[in-house]
Amino acid sequence: MKPKYTIAVTSLNNTDNPGAGVPVIRGLREAKSFDVRIIGLVYENLEPGIYMENVADKIYQIPYPSAGSDVFMERIEYIHSKENIDVIIPNFDAELFTFMKSEHVLKDMGIKTFLPTIKQFEERHKSELPEFGKKYGFDIPFSKTITNLSDIKNLQYEFNYPVLVKGKFYDAYLAYTPEQVIEFFNKISSKWGVPVIIQEFIKGTEVNVIALGDGKGNTIGSVPMRKQYITDKGKAWGGITLGDKNLMKITKDLIKKTKWKGGMELEFIKTQENKYYIIEINPRIPAWVYLAVGAGQNLPEALVKLALGENVEPFKSYDVGKMFVRYSQDIIADISVFEKLSMIGEL
Amino acid sequence: MKIRNNIAVSETGFVFDPNSGDSFTLNETGKQILNMLSEGKTGSEIKHFFIENFEVEVTTFENNFSEFLMMLQGLNLVEE
Repeated sequence: MKPKYTIAVTSLNNTDNPGAGVPVIRGLREAKSFDVRIIGLVYENLEPGIYMENVADKIYQIPYPSAGSDVFMERIEYIHSKENIDVIIPNFDAELFTFMKSEHVLKDMGIKTFLPTIKQFEERHKSELPEFGKKYGFDIPFSKTITNLSDIKNLQYEFNYPVLVKGKFYDAYLAYTPEQVIEFFNKISSKWGVPVIIQEFIKGTEVNVIALGDGKGNTIGSVPMRKQYITDKGKAWGGITLGDKNLMKITKDLIKKTKWKGGMELEFIKTQENKYYIIEINPRIPAWVYLAVGAGQNLPEALVKLALGENVEPFKSYDVGKMFVRYSQDIIADISVFEKLSMIGEL
Repeated sequence: MKIRNNIAVSETGFVFDPNSGDSFTLNETGKQILNMLSEGKTGSEIKHFFIENFEVEVTTFENNFSEFLMMLQGLNLVEE
């Protein structure tokens, strides 16, 4: 008989800028080695995963981490007292630090996580990427951080236009002129704060890899993907798995050198000359994780087993040429569901 | 010149490059040429096959064939 675990998952925001919560849950529900009871942790009461069938067994609203880690952890403690959570899988960038910082508190409560260390999390920040590249020997586009508008006029001495203007968590725009940099700086800093990252634009094809490291230098699984259909937010609406051995080699090398623990997404630009530049390292499972599950690597299942301290054998292969295509659909819900979540914060 | 060994060409003429994720569709002529390249036929053998079996001027075929091969090279589907 398979064990049954209670797993709490965040980011049920399956919008056109999706979090990974819903696809992670789909993977967990297809796990061969265990059954699950899913606790959905949501920030907003219109996150689509709340209303989708067969996603969460129970929903709890949680405060944004910006409310302070004490308030945040109090809420988790309350939910744990009701649900007896075995594992939490956070999927939202802005909450990761709080969860990583509280790893031992959660462990003492009996809740397992499988997250990168604070050091791993900090050194792969967009603003730290060039240093990361030097330290571990990977090609990274030249970049620098700016904190105010007066920094923009000097960019011409260090960059050739166009340049990428990026927020510290999300958003990236291609700017062809200093005027456009000003426009994007204002747009990004008002939403995500400073610093804003200016990155050299490398011409090529964007390719991404989802991977899971065991924290000891081993790659448990990795699947490369190329976006085939991109939304106006730059998100993949369709993608296909690749058979690019170089990408696999770089990923394994990175995980070995950093001893990466947990899920991750590596974003690359592959140039015409077959050079691979890492443009971002996301320290969490990406929203396209279900493609990896469909291609033969159930990484959410493997992550839960690692969190529970089980021995997990690395995946040996995946299907090349597997595709995913997203779709949108209207879910009809009753106001009473919305009311219940709004008034008592659980469902 | 030969087709890179991991390039998949289906019977319908659908070509998939697993390295880049790109896919292409071929017409009957393109499919025939790719199949012949896969079999290891030389450019000269392919030219003779088409001249003998189809109503096509030698120079017309040579121009189109050369353009097609350049396209395959540009798309990184073939290797020397």
